[in-house]
Amino acid sequence: MSSFTLTVNGKKHTVDVDPDTPLLWVLRDSIGLTGTKYGCGQGYCGSCTVHVDGEAIRSCTMAIESLSDKKVTTIEGLSPNSSHPIQQAWIAHDVPQCGYCQSGQIMAAAALLSEKPDPNDEDINASMNLICRCGTYNRIREAVHVASENMRKKELGQKGGK
Amino acid sequence: MNATLNRRDFIKVSSLAGSGLVLGFYLPSKENESLFAEPLTDFSPNAFVKIDPTGTVTISVAKSEMGQGVRTSLPMIVAEELEADWSKVKIEQADAHPTKYGSQGTGGSFSVRGSWQMLRQAGATAREMLLTAAAQSWNADRSSCRAEKGFVVHSSGKKLSYGDLADAAGKLPVPTSVQLKDNKDFKILGKAIPKVDTPEKVNGSAMFGSDVRVKGMLFSSIEKCPVFGGKVKSFDAAKAKAVSGVKDVVNLENGVAVVATSTYAAFKGREALSITWDEGQWANQKSESIKKMFEDAVKQRGSVEDYDGDAEGAFASAATKVEAVYEVPFAAHATMEPMNCTAHVQSDRCEIWAPTQSPQGAQNEAARILGLPLDKITVHVTLLGGGFGRRLQSDYVQDAVKVSKAVNAPVQVMWKREDDMQHDWYRPATYNLMRGGLDKNGSPVAWLHRVAGPSSRGLVVGGSTPQYKIPNFMIDSHIKETGVPIGAWRSVGPSQNGWVVESFIDELAHASKKDPYEFRRQLLTRSPRLKRALEVAAEKAGWGKPLPKGIGRGIAAVEGFGSSIAQVAEVSVQPDGTVKIHRIVAAVDCGPVVNPNTIEAQIESAVVYAMSASMKDEITIARGRVVQSNFHDYSMPMINEMPKVEVHIIPSTEAIGGIGEPGLPPFAPALCNAIFAATGKRIRRLPIRPEDLKKA
Ligand code: FES
Ligand code: FES
Repeated sequence: MSSFTLTVNGKKHTVDVDPDTPLLWVLRDSIGLTGTKYGCGQGYCGSCTVHVDGEAIRSCTMAIESLSDKKVTTIEGLSPNSSHPIQQAWIAHDVPQCGYCQSGQIMAAAALLSEKPDPNDEDINASMNLICRCGTYNRIREAVHVASENMRKKELGQKGGK
Repeated sequence: MNATLNRRDFIKVSSLAGSGLVLGFYLPSKENESLFAEPLTDFSPNAFVKIDPTGTVTISVAKSEMGQGVRTSLPMIVAEELEADWSKVKIEQADAHPTKYGSQGTGGSFSVRGSWQMLRQAGATAREMLLTAAAQSWNADRSSCRAEKGFVVHSSGKKLSYGDLADAAGKLPVPTSVQLKDNKDFKILGKAIPKVDTPEKVNGSAMFGSDVRVKGMLFSSIEKCPVFGGKVKSFDAAKAKAVSGVKDVVNLENGVAVVATSTYAAFKGREALSITWDEGQWANQKSESIKKMFEDAVKQRGSVEDYDGDAEGAFASAATKVEAVYEVPFAAHATMEPMNCTAHVQSDRCEIWAPTQSPQGAQNEAARILGLPLDKITVHVTLLGGGFGRRLQSDYVQDAVKVSKAVNAPVQVMWKREDDMQHDWYRPATYNLMRGGLDKNGSPVAWLHRVAGPSSRGLVVGGSTPQYKIPNFMIDSHIKETGVPIGAWRSVGPSQNGWVVESFIDELAHASKKDPYEFRRQLLTRSPRLKRALEVAAEKAGWGKPLPKGIGRGIAAVEGFGSSIAQVAEVSVQPDGTVKIHRIVAAVDCGPVVNPNTIEAQIESAVVYAMSASMKDEITIARGRVVQSNFHDYSMPMINEMPKVEVHIIPSTEAIGGIGEPGLPPFAPALCNAIFAATGKRIRRLPIRPEDLKKA
């Protein structure tokens, strides 16, 4: 075992684990942030998606040793009070069914919007390649579009107000 | 002692224990002040409703939430009759109890329809008692009072909240019969209400089985014998024990458990195990042998499951004969959350946290393994990351109980995706010999369905009786042991038989040169409800209207789980054989509507689940093992393949039906019938393979 320090949701954590331990298990078992889920452990499903320096990555295939000096954001740290436009749209469209994949879906969608504030359906297909066994895909697509629209409206409103 | 101890209890306790001592102990203090203030008690006339003096209404949910929305729909039923203020209702997940809530098993699309009467009764009983309490306190006539959004209102306009009335209502006798509301007066039922647990599912706080964390708990991963029914012969744990974080290695007979301080350490320890297996009698089983066994079996008549008239005779003399073989593969559930369970076994009791569809099953299993009475086994039901029938089993509960007992600590057993894929209870593979006869006018006169499948007649044969009026029909079966564990898989028998029946009736329609929709419609004389669903689906889809070139339209209708549903699929096939679904139109009659929001979601969900089984996946067997292991070789439909799904809910006064499963069976046949319409190629083996449809 070795000691690693990483910043998760703005807080520094030091953990004692093997260097090859995937970030997913560090989050869930060492730090106690269980919002990030294990679905396949092989990078196929996306349930474990978190942001590393703002980019969506699959934490089940990222070893802790490759993460020094990086900033990790998990679903718990995406926003205070579920106020992120993606979370708001997810609530408004009642997207989750069982909910197990949704932390990953939301983190992937949030990363997509920060990169492409106005994604088209092709962009959504490309970035939202996560498995939802409950089949919430149509609501996911709708909610991403709505979140993007709400973000734009808010921006316009802010500009107009100046 | 707890805070609801009232003065009477206090006196009882004091006199029992001898006044001095107890009085000394209960000397009034800031903390104990409430003990002397005649605290008001909660009103809880039955297992499902509790109203506290602040007016909070708590409704217990005794079924398991796996995405189908029971934590919302079941309380809606109670709240409706109770005339509660929905925005003030709190939901509590019930622990397992042998009798208190009736069956807690969550399956068969039975949660709403099976609880409908009982939950309405529970809400209405509480409402009546609150009304009586108010009338008594006003000295008013009961008929001058009405219940409304958490208040009892008198005709004069004065009102009392449910919280104000809780204490008094709690002292009333529970009435044995109460008046239920008229459906037309429903205020909550029938509204598209957002699911109560959505907020916790968007911020990571939702508690699934695998999220349970108990003080001092360890994590475990189990290497099970890859061959069905195999056992541990011997093993060497030395290397596994040397892995950092590994605490213990436990022989479970059907596998070896590694126990560690983290899930990942348990996974790594497991890789370091060396195990010799006694592979048992199925060591050489393979898909080809299973198919051969089924193929041989259907050459003879099997045991007759259902019949009318003389199907064999009518077939022999039919003017037109159609024969076909339909093959269905084994299918895995692949819930998004792999199987897991957390247990803490102590010498005289056991506490379990389980994502289970069968809380009472879990309780029974633990009691059996530990030799403890049921009341010493507490089962907390967490959220389920998908169920689909898989979590009706208790194998993962057994794992956790056994490992916790062995290491004398709380343990979470986490299955890897690979374990989940290879140790499932699969949807049965079946082999169906279909024979149909038409008279010279093209009307069907004979229907013969001979099915061969594994282990369980119910799972193999269920849903095979055609809804259509065919004067002579017979279904017979051959049930064979294959070693492959099979179980309930979302929509069970109809999941495969819906496809077989609705595909073959389409073949008969084409053989009689009739429109497949009209052909069905005329034969649905015995099932007016299904006929209506068929008509609505056809009308909403624009059946008969021209489609762009290359697009084909198919229809299918299946009755089951108390509901009737029809679907129309519009598809095209690319030159390389890939299928593109443009639109699915569904019409469903599920009786009174509880929550249209979840009905739509469940139909859409069932379509996706059916897409994976009909267009992508099969479980195959080689050397007694499941070949597939993860999502690379058991792949799921993704967002880019998702068709538009239109759901039409038919207003209905029929009995209430289920909704979690009925959306599944019509999908595959509607799809394959549409492929036939588009290409002239009939799919008789699932999953559909591009090579079956590639342009030659
Ligand atoms: S758990 Fe990481 S991609 Fe599936
Ligand atoms: S909501 Fe269940 S897997 Fe996506």
